[in-house]
Amino acid sequence: MEAASVPGGGRSVLGRSPLARLPDRVLRYGLTALAAAILALIAYFFVRLVGQAGPAFEKFGVLGFTFGSEWNVNAEHFGALPLLVGTLITAGLALLIGVPVAVAAAIYATELCPARLRAPLTLLVELLAAVPSVVYGLWGIFVLAPKLQPAEQWLASKLSFVPFIGGGLVTIPNYFITGLVLAIMILPIVSAISREVMATVPADHKEAALGLGATRWEMIRTAVLPFSRSGIVGGAMLGLGRALGETIAVTILIGNAPKLSSHLFEQGYSLAAVIANEFGEAQGLHRNALFAAGLVLFVLTLLVNGVARGLVLRAARGRLVHGTGDGGDAGARLAETVAGA
Amino acid sequence: MMIEGSGPEVTDRERDSRSEVGDRPAETAGGASQSGTPRITPPSLSQPSPPTPNGGGAEQTPGLSIALEQLRAFYGPAEAVRGLDLEFHANQVTAIIGPSGCGKSTMIRCINRMHEEIPGARAEGRVMLEGLDVYDPSVDVVAVRRAIGMVFQKPNPFPTMSIFDNVAAGPRLTSSRRGDLRETVESALRSAGLWEEVADRLDEPGAGLSGGQQQRLCIARSLAVDPDVILMDEPCSALDPIATLKIEELIDQLKRRVTIVIVTHNMQQAARVADRTAFMLDGRLVEVGPTQEIFTTPHDPRTEEYVTGKFG
Amino acid sequence: MSAHGSSAQPLARFAVSPARRRRDLFARTAILSATVLALIPLVLIVYYLLRKGLGSWSTSFFTTDPTGNTFFKNSNIGGIKSAILGTLEIVALASAMAIPIGICVAIWLVEYGRNSRFAHTVRFAVDVLTGVPSIVFGLFIYIALVVGTGSTYAGYKGSCALALLMLPVVIRSAEVILLLVPSGLRESALALGAPRWRVIFSIVLPTALPGMLTGVLLAVARAGGETAPLLFTAGATLRTNFNLDQFTNSLPVQIYSDVTSPTTSVEHRAWGAALTLVSIILLLNVIARLASRRSRLG
Repeated sequence: MEAASVPGGGRSVLGRSPLARLPDRVLRYGLTALAAAILALIAYFFVRLVGQAGPAFEKFGVLGFTFGSEWNVNAEHFGALPLLVGTLITAGLALLIGVPVAVAAAIYATELCPARLRAPLTLLVELLAAVPSVVYGLWGIFVLAPKLQPAEQWLASKLSFVPFIGGGLVTIPNYFITGLVLAIMILPIVSAISREVMATVPADHKEAALGLGATRWEMIRTAVLPFSRSGIVGGAMLGLGRALGETIAVTILIGNAPKLSSHLFEQGYSLAAVIANEFGEAQGLHRNALFAAGLVLFVLTLLVNGVARGLVLRAARGRLVHGTGDGGDAGARLAETVAGA
Repeated sequence: MMIEGSGPEVTDRERDSRSEVGDRPAETAGGASQSGTPRITPPSLSQPSPPTPNGGGAEQTPGLSIALEQLRAFYGPAEAVRGLDLEFHANQVTAIIGPSGCGKSTMIRCINRMHEEIPGARAEGRVMLEGLDVYDPSVDVVAVRRAIGMVFQKPNPFPTMSIFDNVAAGPRLTSSRRGDLRETVESALRSAGLWEEVADRLDEPGAGLSGGQQQRLCIARSLAVDPDVILMDEPCSALDPIATLKIEELIDQLKRRVTIVIVTHNMQQAARVADRTAFMLDGRLVEVGPTQEIFTTPHDPRTEEYVTGKFG
Repeated sequence: MSAHGSSAQPLARFAVSPARRRRDLFARTAILSATVLALIPLVLIVYYLLRKGLGSWSTSFFTTDPTGNTFFKNSNIGGIKSAILGTLEIVALASAMAIPIGICVAIWLVEYGRNSRFAHTVRFAVDVLTGVPSIVFGLFIYIALVVGTGSTYAGYKGSCALALLMLPVVIRSAEVILLLVPSGLRESALALGAPRWRVIFSIVLPTALPGMLTGVLLAVARAGGETAPLLFTAGATLRTNFNLDQFTNSLPVQIYSDVTSPTTSVEHRAWGAALTLVSIILLLNVIARLASRRSRLG
């Protein structure tokens, strides 16, 4: 113990040798440099991506490329609207189908389910997230799509008067089947976030509702759902981000036809699918156009994820500030779920 | 709550002498200047332990005095401690009392510079450790903390470590291992009055002990690096009365080798263990003096109101 | 709870009206059905994977490369040996890059960066990375390591793309776990006079490790199932190859090329490979869950 000695006597007594201080500095500056390197790397990728996409944007203009309605490889004319539309339709369908189911599963798991079943149920839903995208594609194209085609055809003929849905010949790969499989794929993330948000609803809110004589459903509707709304919306947006960027399953299921389809049950294309499908053989301007499609996709997911994260983290932060004990833990778990997303 | 049967025996001698304010051990003055030479952890301080070679008083290694000079502490823009001048005499127990939020915990965390570990927190002024400012730029914060140990409100033994490793953590982490680690650990555990209870299960996890034992383990852990001062931030607030009593007895023994500053919410505790007591309010010192005086004939009416339970 | 006789039943005044009870029942039924609906896809996928996949499993399926002749119906098309080995190689290298870097960045965020502006920028960047579609990671690596280098696809380039994909998952999950380490532990170690790096390596990391393992394994599992980033970074080879500087096959790419192949005879190889891939990933998930159960940090 070389601590305090005669005041003012000799060298600083409450010091360590510079050598002993070294590891701390090395660690601090090394780690800081690493964090800075990550930032630099992302910036580098973004700049290079813009650079590679450049020629396509120059030729057709940023808006002309993004909203041009013709994607013709042979004519070297590239407009991304059919891809953008395909991406939005399939992702929108995924939300439409997936979110209600996911939220219902979350409600069931947190509020209605017998305590014994809660953990296995949660696990099963989360296992859906473990299935690789390519396996969804495989199952979708070889099992689900052929089996559902008659039903889709029946629906299309019965609803022939409804624009966009009715009429036309149903192909095996199409927007609808893609959206359906995407719905299954986003189910676990939407459900997990909804569940974590609902778990942060203070017990006294729920007990207050029940104490007033509310039925279970009334309690869910008046205490649970309003409290978790922004979290659920955020979770859905994260699911949307997933669906927008999903590549392989979509490439397998959407049919890869670069046209603006007028029917839900027709083939189409998406931004991610066009890259996966055409990049291998692409040359010159075609390749630039694919980079440009990647950039459009990148920006689109960035926007959606930004909004989503804002919503979910606001919900989580609210709980972390106001909640005590269990609420705080749940908030941390929520943050973890988002992080894992 | 578990109650341990085989605690260390404590003589009543100290309890009687406690009320005599200002009874600084005679050897304090001489000892303060002899540091710089490595000190060896005294084998044991508890009365009934094996006889020490030097026997009793001569072996005592004194603590160091601390003086706060115009100490101010901030959390961001909020000022928690607003210019404090206060002296802690060597080898005495000084209790800090005051209502919640008066800045007493912040103040004590400034002494070993733990305050600055909180993001956005900073301190101004000086904390003199036997004449040396711990906030001096030439001073290494790590060395400050080796000299000034700290015991926290909640017992927090390292969860991944055994009882032995918990106590050995200090010497190991600070790379200041001297002599036999086993001896250091045993001596620290004896000083914390825990040796008898854990001697046969040193390899078990520290988290498996009862709350009171865990807190004494934490005290042993901070003793193992041989500090000159120990700061205690409400060390008994999470403990039951019997465990609290043990800690208080321990404090009484420890003051012979270290200077102790204890923050407490419990005025009875302050009256039981402290030689001097300081009363704080709104980040300022209201009054400091011999404990008996603070509790019986305080000079400031606010002190009187507080100690008689009129507010707080 | 009879509807009549309100005078006899003092509580009847508070009874739930039939309409409300019907609504409650309806809502519960709807929620339960939706939950069942959510579980159906998993059951179906597992069922078909087992039915079609197990049929193509055989010793030769795991010991031969997918180099067989696919033109004739009954010719031997070959197994997935190179795909399994390739996936293991690529993912192992990706993990070796992403896990240490990710944990280091997480340590920096929690122990040093904290609430500084720079730390928030880094967190934001990590969030951005989290949302990037996996195919775009492939583009990034293609731009950085293929364009203009005069070289072509290689296994290690696929590893880089997967590492990029794993990085944000590792960073954020490790950060969350590190934040769960009680600050009291750090403080008491610091108060002993331990230098910060010793506190991190001797106290914080050992406490956080079991919890971090979960996030890390989930990231590995996710990377193992990714196809898109490998398509034009690692390429698909047909032979087994232990040199990551060359084209390297992988399970997801093998499945993708079999699914999109114009010849239908390779379909059952895709099912067998899919069953293999899902088994590996499920195993990682199970281990991850067991690890999280052992974590002291909840």
